Amino acid sequence: MSQSLKVNPIACEAHGLCAELFPEWIRLDDWGYPIVNPAPVPSRLDEHARRAVAACPTLALLASKW
Amino acid sequence: MTGLSLLEGVRPDGAPLPLEEHLSLYGPAPPIRRGRGAGLELIELVEESGLRGRGGAGFPTSVKLRAVVQSGRRTVAVANGAEGEPLSRKDKALLRALPHLVLDGAALAARAVGAEEAIVAVGAGAVRERAVVAAAIAERRRSRLDGAVLLREISVPDAFVAGEETALVQWLNGGAAKPTFTPPRPFERGVGGRPTLVQNVETLAHLALIARYGPDWFRSFGTQEEPGSVLVTLAGAFRRPGVYEFDLGTGFRDLISVAGGLTGAPQAFLVGGYYGSWLAPDDLLGLSLLEADLTTADSSLGARTIFALPAGVCGFVEAAIVTRYLAAQSAGQCGPCVHGLAAIARTVASLTRGERNPGGRERLSRWLEEVNGRGACRYPDGAARFVESALRVFSEEIDLHLRHRRCSGSRARLLPAPAMAAQASGRR
Repeated sequence: MSQSLKVNPIACEAHGLCAELFPEWIRLDDWGYPIVNPAPVPSRLDEHARRAVAACPTLALLASKW
Repeated sequence: MTGLSLLEGVRPDGAPLPLEEHLSLYGPAPPIRRGRGAGLELIELVEESGLRGRGGAGFPTSVKLRAVVQSGRRTVAVANGAEGEPLSRKDKALLRALPHLVLDGAALAARAVGAEEAIVAVGAGAVRERAVVAAAIAERRRSRLDGAVLLREISVPDAFVAGEETALVQWLNGGAAKPTFTPPRPFERGVGGRPTLVQNVETLAHLALIARYGPDWFRSFGTQEEPGSVLVTLAGAFRRPGVYEFDLGTGFRDLISVAGGLTGAPQAFLVGGYYGSWLAPDDLLGLSLLEADLTTADSSLGARTIFALPAGVCGFVEAAIVTRYLAAQSAGQCGPCVHGLAAIARTVASLTRGERNPGGRERLSRWLEEVNGRGACRYPDGAARFVESALRVFSEEIDLHLRHRRCSGSRARLLPAPAMAAQASGRR
């Protein structure tokens, strides 16, 4: 099952770990807030997505499906 | 069946239409049977009518009604009269003149979704409207009009985003009047955790007429795709600005002549309020009051407000003031909205001062693109649309500012930027 990522922008505090761990899908804007590719994450990158979601200190990065 | 249009019952003196006169003029609202599934008949009428929300987003009303009723749980209905859009007057005008039409709609919608409570939310600063609504509710209570439905009037902060439906729900739950992350949407989890129907007050007034006169009557106005009439606030260079009811599909030229024409050749129109977009006269005048038409011009009906910018006023300075206001009115919760809109407003202001920043325009374009869709609500999207359209329509003025550090127009400050004192987080 492919998944897509999204951010809860209210919870996000721009720690930036997600972009560090998953630069293929997530970049940061000029203020350090993530810009997430809305497309489904290909399964070969699942592990990266999973790691980025798990690393978010404010639990702001969400995966639609695993 | 023949029926009255929305504003036909407005008294010449503008005073609120008393309950008795309201009932004899519009006729009594049809009763809704008690018990499970009884409200579905009304929902079917609304579905056949094709009524869409008149608050801004234009969502089909019957879909919202169904989503709430399908929960099978105890529900709440909210009539949204917050009208935080500074240019818009239509919801206040409706509440002031025809409170019972709105309350009919609120009570009918509440019964249709099985709610025992209908909350009418009105902006705190709309003192007169709140008094009118409270008095109308008392009138109905005395005549036991609404049976098991309890109507209540509640004031909400006068902030731009306070009327956004998740912000409204959070406020009614005792929190700040700020948007929340979705899901859950109010129809899933709203006031008191219950599935909640949030409908704009004008939408409910239309619903009250559809319940009386039927969907075919409603569809005798407007077009097949966009049926019915709409309330529109006309502001700026109209000879007779104010709130009007127009059939959807009315040509903009006709709309202007109904308002007595324009005070001079307009430079541009702001369609849809501060969430809306600027259009050059030539791009608007051939169109009609239809989403389908405005979409072709990268615009939308939005808050159903049309502002005509008179000649001799610098539109870009006006737009810069609104941009600063929009940045300040961010609920302050989402980083991209807080920082992005502030940076955009600073850059727009620097353009009005004629400052040339290397790479500034490119950066501004990128920011406008990047804030889009990155808030919990659509606020940054609307603000970006406003600024993008201003950059497009006022490109000549911007060049004048950059070349001469001034422009020929005056700084009239025609567009209101209400004082920021009333913030969304304030106490009740």
